[in-house]
Amino acid sequence: MLKKLKKAALARSLWIYHVAASPCNNCDIEILDLLTPRFDVERFGLLLAASPRHADLLLVTGMVNKKVLDRVLRVYAQIPKPCVVAAVGSCAISGDLFVDSYNFAGPLDKHIPVDVYIGGCPPKPEAMILGVMRAIEKLKKLKDL
Amino acid sequence: MNMSVGWVFFYLLVFPGFLFTSVVGLLYTWVDRKVTARIQFRVGPPLLQPFYDFFKLLGKDTFVPEGAPRSIFLGAPLIGLASVSVLSTVLLVSNLFPGQAFAGDLIVVLYLFAFVPIVLILGASSSSNPISALGASREMSLYLAYELPLLFALATIIVKSGGLLKIGDLLQWQWTNHPFLYSASGALAFVSAFLCMQAKLGFVPFDIAEAEQEIMGGITLEYSGPVLAVLKLTKAMLYFTVSIFLTVFFWGGFRSPREGWYHILGWLKPLAIIVLIILIKNTNPRLRIDQALRFFWSIVLVLSIAGFILATVGL
Ligand code: SF4
Repeated sequence: MLKKLKKAALARSLWIYHVAASPCNNCDIEILDLLTPRFDVERFGLLLAASPRHADLLLVTGMVNKKVLDRVLRVYAQIPKPCVVAAVGSCAISGDLFVDSYNFAGPLDKHIPVDVYIGGCPPKPEAMILGVMRAIEKLKKLKDL
Repeated sequence: MNMSVGWVFFYLLVFPGFLFTSVVGLLYTWVDRKVTARIQFRVGPPLLQPFYDFFKLLGKDTFVPEGAPRSIFLGAPLIGLASVSVLSTVLLVSNLFPGQAFAGDLIVVLYLFAFVPIVLILGASSSSNPISALGASREMSLYLAYELPLLFALATIIVKSGGLLKIGDLLQWQWTNHPFLYSASGALAFVSAFLCMQAKLGFVPFDIAEAEQEIMGGITLEYSGPVLAVLKLTKAMLYFTVSIFLTVFFWGGFRSPREGWYHILGWLKPLAIIVLIILIKNTNPRLRIDQALRFFWSIVLVLSIAGFILATVGL
Protein backbone atom coordinates (compact mmCIF):
# COMPACT_ATOMS: atom_id res chain seq x y z
CA MET A 1 0.00 0.00 0.00
CA LEU A 2 2.69 2.42 1.04
CA LYS A 3 4.87 1.25 -1.83
CA LYS A 4 2.00 1.83 -4.23
CA LEU A 5 1.48 5.37 -2.98
CA LYS A 6 5.17 6.03 -3.26
CA LYS A 7 5.29 4.74 -6.82
CA ALA A 8 2.16 6.60 -7.89
CA ALA A 9 3.49 9.82 -6.43
CA LEU A 10 6.89 9.39 -8.06
CA ALA A 11 5.35 8.72 -11.46
CA ARG A 12 3.36 11.94 -11.23
CA SER A 13 6.08 14.23 -10.03
CA LEU A 14 9.40 13.75 -11.76
CA TRP A 15 11.73 16.66 -11.20
CA ILE A 16 14.28 17.08 -13.93
CA TYR A 17 17.97 17.68 -13.57
CA HIS A 18 19.72 18.13 -16.81
CA VAL A 19 23.39 17.44 -17.41
CA ALA A 20 25.05 18.82 -20.49
CA ALA A 21 27.84 16.30 -21.11
CA SER A 22 29.54 18.11 -23.98
CA PRO A 23 26.58 18.42 -26.33
CA CYS A 24 26.43 20.80 -29.26
CA ASN A 25 23.84 22.62 -27.12
CA ASN A 26 21.01 21.94 -29.48
CA CYS A 27 19.53 19.15 -27.39
CA ASP A 28 19.56 21.44 -24.33
CA ILE A 29 17.62 24.11 -26.14
CA GLU A 30 15.05 21.52 -27.15
CA ILE A 31 14.77 20.44 -23.50
CA LEU A 32 14.00 24.02 -22.50
CA ASP A 33 11.27 23.98 -25.14
CA LEU A 34 9.44 21.47 -22.98
CA LEU A 35 8.68 24.16 -20.42
CA THR A 36 7.28 26.67 -22.88
CA PRO A 37 3.54 27.29 -23.20
CA ARG A 38 3.36 25.15 -26.33
CA PHE A 39 4.45 21.92 -24.64
CA ASP A 40 4.17 22.72 -20.90
CA VAL A 41 5.30 19.50 -19.25
CA GLU A 42 4.28 20.91 -15.85
CA ARG A 43 0.92 19.38 -16.81
CA PHE A 44 2.46 16.02 -15.95
CA GLY A 45 4.16 17.30 -12.83
CA LEU A 46 7.58 17.70 -14.41
CA LEU A 47 9.65 20.56 -13.07
CA LEU A 48 13.22 21.70 -13.53
CA ALA A 49 15.08 21.10 -10.28
CA ALA A 50 17.80 23.45 -9.14
CA SER A 51 20.11 20.88 -7.61
CA PRO A 52 20.71 17.18 -8.34
CA ARG A 53 19.64 16.42 -4.77
CA HIS A 54 16.09 17.47 -5.61
CA ALA A 55 15.89 15.55 -8.87
CA ASP A 56 14.23 12.30 -9.91
CA LEU A 57 14.83 12.36 -13.64
CA LEU A 58 18.32 12.83 -15.02
CA LEU A 59 18.52 13.99 -18.60
CA VAL A 60 21.96 13.57 -20.14
CA THR A 61 22.67 15.24 -23.46
CA GLY A 62 25.74 15.13 -25.63
CA MET A 63 28.50 12.66 -26.22
CA VAL A 64 30.09 11.81 -22.90
CA ASN A 65 33.80 12.56 -23.23
CA LYS A 66 36.62 11.50 -20.96
CA LYS A 67 36.78 14.79 -19.10
CA VAL A 68 33.10 15.13 -18.37
CA LEU A 69 32.54 11.45 -17.52
CA ASP A 70 33.69 11.92 -13.94
CA ARG A 71 31.13 14.74 -13.45
CA VAL A 72 28.33 12.70 -14.94
CA LEU A 73 29.09 9.85 -12.56
CA ARG A 74 29.21 12.25 -9.62
CA VAL A 75 25.91 13.89 -10.49
CA TYR A 76 24.34 10.45 -10.88
CA ALA A 77 25.63 9.45 -7.46
CA GLN A 78 24.18 12.61 -5.94
CA ILE A 79 20.62 11.98 -7.07
CA PRO A 80 18.58 10.38 -4.30
CA LYS A 81 17.27 7.02 -5.44
CA PRO A 82 14.86 5.92 -6.85
CA CYS A 83 15.54 7.89 -10.00
CA VAL A 84 15.18 7.60 -13.76
CA VAL A 85 17.90 8.29 -16.30
CA ALA A 86 17.21 9.32 -19.88
CA ALA A 87 19.77 9.58 -22.65
CA VAL A 88 18.67 12.48 -24.83
CA GLY A 89 19.87 12.74 -28.40
CA SER A 90 21.89 10.46 -30.62
CA CYS A 91 25.11 11.69 -29.02
CA ALA A 92 24.31 10.30 -25.59
CA ILE A 93 22.89 7.09 -27.03
CA SER A 94 25.65 6.21 -29.43
CA GLY A 95 28.10 9.02 -29.96
CA ASP A 96 26.46 10.12 -33.19
CA LEU A 97 29.02 11.69 -35.51
CA PHE A 98 31.63 11.84 -32.78
CA VAL A 99 32.10 8.06 -32.43
CA ASP A 100 35.60 8.24 -33.80
CA SER A 101 36.65 11.13 -31.61
CA TYR A 102 39.81 10.60 -29.56
CA ASN A 103 38.13 11.59 -26.29
CA PHE A 104 34.81 9.80 -26.69
CA ALA A 105 34.24 7.78 -23.54
CA GLY A 106 31.64 5.43 -24.95
CA PRO A 107 27.85 5.63 -24.96
CA LEU A 108 26.14 6.72 -21.76
CA ASP A 109 24.71 3.29 -20.90
CA LYS A 110 28.22 1.95 -20.63
CA HIS A 111 28.68 4.05 -17.48
CA ILE A 112 25.32 4.47 -15.75
CA PRO A 113 22.06 2.51 -16.10
CA VAL A 114 19.83 4.24 -18.66
CA ASP A 115 16.06 3.75 -18.53
CA VAL A 116 14.85 5.53 -21.64
CA TYR A 117 16.52 6.43 -24.91
CA ILE A 118 15.25 9.45 -26.76
CA GLY A 119 16.69 9.44 -30.24
CA GLY A 120 17.10 12.31 -32.66
CA CYS A 121 19.61 14.98 -33.45
CA PRO A 122 18.15 16.87 -31.69
CA PRO A 123 15.00 14.98 -30.64
CA LYS A 124 11.79 16.92 -31.13
CA PRO A 125 10.06 18.02 -27.92
CA GLU A 126 7.21 15.66 -28.79
CA ALA A 127 9.71 12.80 -28.84
CA MET A 128 10.98 13.85 -25.43
CA ILE A 129 7.48 13.93 -24.00
CA LEU A 130 6.97 10.45 -25.41
CA GLY A 131 10.22 9.33 -23.81
CA VAL A 132 9.20 10.71 -20.45
CA MET A 133 5.84 8.98 -20.72
CA ARG A 134 7.71 5.74 -21.42
CA ALA A 135 9.79 6.33 -18.31
CA ILE A 136 6.63 6.86 -16.27
CA GLU A 137 5.11 3.65 -17.62
CA LYS A 138 8.29 1.80 -16.82
CA LEU A 139 8.21 3.15 -13.29
CA LYS A 140 4.65 1.99 -12.85
CA LYS A 141 5.55 -1.53 -13.96
CA LEU A 142 8.44 -1.90 -11.57
CA LYS A 143 7.74 -4.35 -8.73
CA ASP A 144 9.54 -2.45 -6.04
CA LEU A 145 11.60 0.69 -6.04
CA MET B 1 -10.44 30.47 29.10
CA ASN B 2 -10.32 26.96 30.47
CA MET B 3 -8.92 24.68 27.85
CA SER B 4 -8.17 21.09 28.60
CA VAL B 5 -4.91 19.66 27.40
CA GLY B 6 -6.75 17.52 24.87
CA TRP B 7 -8.24 20.55 23.18
CA VAL B 8 -4.87 22.23 23.03
CA PHE B 9 -3.45 19.22 21.22
CA PHE B 10 -6.45 19.10 18.93
CA TYR B 11 -5.98 22.78 18.07
CA LEU B 12 -2.28 22.31 17.50
CA LEU B 13 -2.28 19.11 15.50
CA VAL B 14 -5.59 18.90 13.66
CA PHE B 15 -7.65 22.04 13.39
CA PRO B 16 -6.62 24.80 12.86
CA GLY B 17 -3.04 23.77 13.45
CA PHE B 18 -0.77 21.37 11.66
CA LEU B 19 -3.11 19.22 9.54
CA PHE B 20 -5.50 21.94 8.39
CA THR B 21 -2.73 24.42 7.67
CA SER B 22 -0.65 21.94 5.74
CA VAL B 23 -3.52 20.81 3.54
CA VAL B 24 -4.63 24.38 2.82
CA GLY B 25 -1.01 25.47 2.39
CA LEU B 26 -0.36 22.77 -0.19
CA LEU B 27 -3.53 23.80 -2.02
CA TYR B 28 -2.22 27.37 -1.93
CA THR B 29 0.95 26.27 -3.69
CA TRP B 30 -1.27 24.70 -6.32
CA VAL B 31 -3.12 28.00 -6.74
CA ASP B 32 0.27 29.66 -7.04
CA ARG B 33 1.50 27.31 -9.74
CA LYS B 34 -1.80 27.31 -11.60
CA VAL B 35 -2.15 31.09 -11.67
CA THR B 36 1.49 31.40 -12.71
CA ALA B 37 0.87 28.93 -15.51
CA ARG B 38 -2.23 30.77 -16.67
CA ILE B 39 -0.34 34.07 -16.69
CA GLN B 40 2.20 32.42 -18.97
CA PHE B 41 -0.56 30.90 -21.16
CA ARG B 42 0.22 27.39 -19.98
CA VAL B 43 -2.13 24.73 -18.66
CA GLY B 44 -0.43 24.16 -15.33
CA PRO B 45 -0.30 21.22 -12.93
CA PRO B 46 -3.31 19.19 -11.71
CA LEU B 47 -4.97 19.99 -8.40
CA LEU B 48 -3.25 17.27 -6.41
CA GLN B 49 0.23 18.05 -7.73
CA PRO B 50 1.64 19.47 -4.45
CA PHE B 51 0.48 16.32 -2.65
CA TYR B 52 2.18 14.08 -5.23
CA ASP B 53 5.35 16.11 -4.80
CA PHE B 54 5.17 15.81 -1.05
CA PHE B 55 4.60 12.05 -0.96
CA LYS B 56 7.20 11.47 -3.62
CA LEU B 57 9.79 13.29 -1.55
CA LEU B 58 8.82 11.25 1.50
CA GLY B 59 9.71 8.09 -0.41
CA LYS B 60 13.17 9.11 -1.48
CA ASP B 61 16.63 8.78 0.03
CA THR B 62 18.14 11.50 2.17
CA PHE B 63 21.76 12.55 2.01
CA VAL B 64 23.57 14.17 4.87
CA PRO B 65 26.61 15.87 3.40
CA GLU B 66 30.01 14.90 4.70
CA GLY B 67 31.09 17.22 7.51
CA ALA B 68 27.61 18.44 8.35
CA PRO B 69 26.45 18.00 11.96
CA ARG B 70 23.59 15.52 11.61
CA SER B 71 21.43 16.83 14.41
CA ILE B 72 21.43 20.47 13.29
CA PHE B 73 21.18 19.71 9.60
CA LEU B 74 18.22 17.37 9.99
CA GLY B 75 16.70 19.02 13.06
CA ALA B 76 16.47 22.57 11.78
CA PRO B 77 13.65 21.94 9.27
CA LEU B 78 11.64 20.13 11.96
CA ILE B 79 11.89 23.12 14.28
CA GLY B 80 10.73 25.31 11.41
CA LEU B 81 7.73 23.07 10.81
CA ALA B 82 6.81 23.08 14.49
CA SER B 83 7.04 26.85 14.78
CA VAL B 84 4.89 27.45 11.71
CA SER B 85 2.26 25.06 13.09
CA VAL B 86 2.13 26.95 16.37
CA LEU B 87 2.08 30.25 14.52
CA SER B 88 -0.88 29.31 12.36
CA THR B 89 -2.71 27.90 15.38
CA VAL B 90 -2.30 31.13 17.33
CA LEU B 91 -3.42 33.28 14.41
CA LEU B 92 -6.39 31.16 13.41
CA VAL B 93 -7.63 30.44 16.92
CA SER B 94 -7.51 34.11 17.83
CA ASN B 95 -9.73 34.87 14.86
CA LEU B 96 -12.12 31.94 15.19
CA PHE B 97 -12.54 32.25 18.95
CA PRO B 98 -11.44 35.81 19.82
CA GLY B 99 -12.07 35.18 23.51
CA GLN B 100 -9.28 32.64 23.80
CA ALA B 101 -6.39 34.95 22.97
CA PHE B 102 -3.73 35.35 25.63
CA ALA B 103 -1.99 38.58 26.59
CA GLY B 104 0.91 39.45 24.36
CA ASP B 105 0.20 36.88 21.67
CA LEU B 106 1.18 39.53 19.16
CA ILE B 107 4.75 39.36 20.43
CA VAL B 108 4.68 35.57 20.26
CA VAL B 109 3.54 35.75 16.65
CA LEU B 110 6.40 38.09 15.82
CA TYR B 111 8.96 35.74 17.37
CA LEU B 112 7.52 32.70 15.66
CA PHE B 113 7.69 34.51 12.35
CA ALA B 114 11.35 35.20 13.01
CA PHE B 115 11.96 31.50 13.59
CA VAL B 116 11.54 30.44 9.99
CA PRO B 117 14.45 32.40 8.46
CA ILE B 118 16.61 31.58 11.49
CA VAL B 119 16.00 27.87 11.02
CA LEU B 120 16.73 28.10 7.31
CA ILE B 121 19.96 29.95 8.00
CA LEU B 122 20.94 27.36 10.59
CA GLY B 123 20.28 24.41 8.31
CA ALA B 124 21.95 25.94 5.29
CA SER B 125 25.08 27.06 7.08
CA SER B 126 25.48 23.68 8.76
CA SER B 127 25.40 21.88 5.42
CA SER B 128 29.12 22.51 4.76
CA ASN B 129 28.36 23.60 1.23
CA PRO B 130 29.78 27.00 0.27
CA ILE B 131 26.89 27.79 -2.05
CA SER B 132 24.37 27.00 0.67
CA ALA B 133 26.35 29.23 2.99
CA LEU B 134 26.09 32.00 0.42
CA GLY B 135 22.33 31.48 0.40
CA ALA B 136 22.30 31.60 4.19
CA SER B 137 24.20 34.89 4.29
CA ARG B 138 21.78 36.38 1.78
CA GLU B 139 18.82 35.18 3.81
CA MET B 140 20.35 36.84 6.84
CA SER B 141 20.81 40.19 5.10
CA LEU B 142 17.30 39.99 3.76
CA TYR B 143 15.95 39.26 7.22
CA LEU B 144 17.74 42.31 8.61
CA ALA B 145 16.34 44.34 5.74
CA TYR B 146 12.64 43.57 6.19
CA GLU B 147 12.39 43.14 9.94
CA LEU B 148 12.46 46.84 10.84
CA PRO B 149 9.70 47.98 8.42
CA LEU B 150 7.60 45.05 9.60
CA LEU B 151 7.96 46.14 13.22
CA PHE B 152 7.00 49.69 12.32
CA ALA B 153 3.96 48.43 10.44
CA LEU B 154 2.79 46.51 13.49
CA ALA B 155 3.60 49.43 15.77
CA THR B 156 1.38 51.55 13.55
CA ILE B 157 -1.70 49.45 14.14
CA ILE B 158 -0.95 49.15 17.84
CA VAL B 159 -0.75 52.93 18.17
CA LYS B 160 -3.84 53.34 16.02
CA SER B 161 -5.85 51.03 18.25
CA GLY B 162 -4.63 52.80 21.38
CA GLY B 163 -2.08 50.28 22.61
CA LEU B 164 -3.78 46.91 22.25
CA LEU B 165 -1.41 43.94 22.33
CA LYS B 166 -3.85 41.06 22.02
CA ILE B 167 -4.79 39.83 18.57
CA GLY B 168 -8.34 39.28 19.77
CA ASP B 169 -8.60 42.87 20.99
CA LEU B 170 -7.14 44.21 17.77
CA LEU B 171 -9.78 42.28 15.86
CA GLN B 172 -12.50 43.57 18.18
CA TRP B 173 -11.29 47.12 17.55
CA GLN B 174 -11.46 46.56 13.80
CA TRP B 175 -14.96 45.14 14.08
CA THR B 176 -16.31 48.04 16.13
CA ASN B 177 -14.51 50.75 14.14
CA HIS B 178 -13.12 49.81 10.74
CA PRO B 179 -10.35 47.54 9.40
CA PHE B 180 -6.97 49.26 9.66
CA LEU B 181 -6.55 48.96 5.91
CA TYR B 182 -9.25 51.58 5.37
CA SER B 183 -7.35 54.39 7.07
CA ALA B 184 -4.36 56.30 5.70
CA SER B 185 -1.88 55.06 8.26
CA GLY B 186 -3.20 51.51 8.13
CA ALA B 187 -2.97 51.40 4.35
CA LEU B 188 0.68 52.49 4.47
CA ALA B 189 1.38 49.89 7.15
CA PHE B 190 -0.36 47.24 5.07
CA VAL B 191 1.68 48.00 1.98
CA SER B 192 4.96 47.81 3.85
CA ALA B 193 3.97 44.66 5.77
CA PHE B 194 2.86 43.10 2.50
CA LEU B 195 6.23 43.73 0.88
CA CYS B 196 8.01 42.39 3.97
CA MET B 197 5.93 39.23 3.78
CA GLN B 198 6.80 38.77 0.13
CA ALA B 199 10.43 38.78 1.21
CA LYS B 200 9.72 36.54 4.16
CA LEU B 201 8.24 33.96 1.81
CA GLY B 202 11.29 34.25 -0.41
CA PHE B 203 9.30 35.01 -3.54
CA VAL B 204 10.39 36.92 -6.59
CA PRO B 205 11.59 39.71 -6.56
CA PHE B 206 13.10 38.75 -3.20
CA ASP B 207 14.03 35.13 -3.84
CA ILE B 208 17.68 36.09 -3.65
CA ALA B 209 18.52 33.43 -1.08
CA GLU B 210 17.21 30.64 -3.28
CA ALA B 211 17.99 32.02 -6.75
CA GLU B 212 17.72 28.73 -8.61
CA GLN B 213 19.50 29.81 -11.77
CA GLU B 214 22.30 31.44 -9.85
CA ILE B 215 23.08 29.52 -6.66
CA MET B 216 21.09 26.34 -7.34
CA GLY B 217 18.46 26.72 -4.67
CA GLY B 218 20.88 28.21 -2.11
CA ILE B 219 19.49 27.40 1.31
CA THR B 220 17.68 24.26 0.17
CA LEU B 221 20.50 23.05 -2.06
CA GLU B 222 21.77 20.22 0.13
CA TYR B 223 18.42 18.92 1.30
CA SER B 224 16.88 15.85 -0.29
CA GLY B 225 14.10 13.35 0.30
CA PRO B 226 11.88 13.58 3.39
CA VAL B 227 13.78 16.55 4.86
CA LEU B 228 13.20 18.48 1.67
CA ALA B 229 9.54 17.48 1.94
CA VAL B 230 9.46 19.02 5.42
CA LEU B 231 11.04 22.21 4.09
CA LYS B 232 8.54 22.42 1.23
CA LEU B 233 5.68 21.81 3.63
CA THR B 234 6.96 24.54 5.94
CA LYS B 235 7.06 26.93 3.01
CA ALA B 236 3.52 25.99 2.00
CA MET B 237 2.21 26.44 5.53
CA LEU B 238 4.00 29.74 5.83
CA TYR B 239 2.30 30.82 2.61
CA PHE B 240 -1.12 30.24 4.14
CA THR B 241 -0.11 31.74 7.47
CA VAL B 242 1.15 34.93 5.85
CA SER B 243 -2.15 35.51 4.10
CA ILE B 244 -3.98 34.95 7.40
CA PHE B 245 -1.57 37.28 9.18
CA LEU B 246 -2.24 40.11 6.74
CA THR B 247 -6.02 39.64 6.86
CA VAL B 248 -6.16 39.41 10.64
CA PHE B 249 -3.99 42.42 11.35
CA PHE B 250 -5.00 44.78 8.60
CA TRP B 251 -8.22 43.64 6.99
CA GLY B 252 -10.45 42.78 9.92
CA GLY B 253 -9.90 39.02 9.88
CA PHE B 254 -11.47 36.36 7.73
CA ARG B 255 -14.32 35.81 10.12
CA SER B 256 -16.30 38.62 11.68
CA PRO B 257 -19.25 38.57 14.06
CA ARG B 258 -21.51 39.79 11.28
CA GLU B 259 -23.51 36.90 9.86
CA GLY B 260 -24.68 36.06 6.39
CA TRP B 261 -22.80 36.34 3.11
CA TYR B 262 -20.13 38.45 4.66
CA HIS B 263 -19.09 35.38 6.55
CA ILE B 264 -18.22 33.39 3.45
CA LEU B 265 -16.74 36.36 1.65
CA GLY B 266 -14.34 36.75 4.56
CA TRP B 267 -12.56 33.53 3.59
CA LEU B 268 -11.87 35.03 0.19
CA LYS B 269 -9.72 37.78 1.69
CA PRO B 270 -6.62 35.58 2.20
CA LEU B 271 -7.11 34.25 -1.32
CA ALA B 272 -7.22 37.79 -2.70
CA ILE B 273 -3.99 38.53 -0.88
CA ILE B 274 -2.16 35.56 -2.33
CA VAL B 275 -3.36 36.36 -5.83
CA LEU B 276 -1.80 39.79 -5.34
CA ILE B 277 1.40 38.10 -4.14
CA ILE B 278 1.43 35.85 -7.21
CA LEU B 279 0.89 38.78 -9.55
CA ILE B 280 3.83 40.66 -8.05
CA LYS B 281 5.86 37.48 -8.23
CA ASN B 282 5.19 37.02 -11.91
CA THR B 283 5.72 40.55 -13.10
CA ASN B 284 9.04 41.35 -11.48
CA PRO B 285 12.63 40.28 -12.03
CA ARG B 286 14.81 39.15 -9.15
CA LEU B 287 16.67 41.92 -7.33
CA ARG B 288 20.28 41.73 -6.24
CA ILE B 289 20.83 41.55 -2.50
CA ASP B 290 22.14 45.13 -2.30
CA GLN B 291 19.17 46.40 -4.30
CA ALA B 292 16.79 44.58 -1.95
CA LEU B 293 18.52 46.07 1.09
CA ARG B 294 18.32 49.55 -0.37
CA PHE B 295 14.67 49.02 -1.31
CA PHE B 296 13.66 47.98 2.19
CA TRP B 297 15.75 50.47 4.07
CA SER B 298 14.79 53.46 1.97
CA ILE B 299 11.38 53.11 0.36
CA VAL B 300 9.62 50.57 2.57
CA LEU B 301 11.06 51.90 5.81
CA VAL B 302 10.04 55.46 4.93
CA LEU B 303 6.56 54.22 4.03
CA SER B 304 6.13 52.40 7.31
CA ILE B 305 7.50 55.29 9.39
CA ALA B 306 5.17 57.66 7.55
CA GLY B 307 2.31 55.35 8.48
CA PHE B 308 3.48 55.33 12.09
CA ILE B 309 3.59 59.11 12.25
CA LEU B 310 0.14 59.38 10.69
CA ALA B 311 -1.14 56.94 13.32
CA THR B 312 0.25 59.03 16.16
CA VAL B 313 -1.69 62.03 14.85
CA GLY B 314 -4.73 59.83 14.67
CA LEU B 315 -5.26 59.51 10.90
S1 SF4 C 1 22.39 14.65 -30.57
FE1 SF4 C 1 22.69 16.17 -32.16
S2 SF4 C 1 21.69 17.99 -31.35
FE2 SF4 C 1 22.00 16.62 -29.65
S3 SF4 C 1 23.95 17.22 -28.75
FE3 SF4 C 1 24.38 15.60 -30.23
S4 SF4 C 1 24.88 16.66 -32.10
FE4 SF4 C 1 23.84 18.13 -30.80
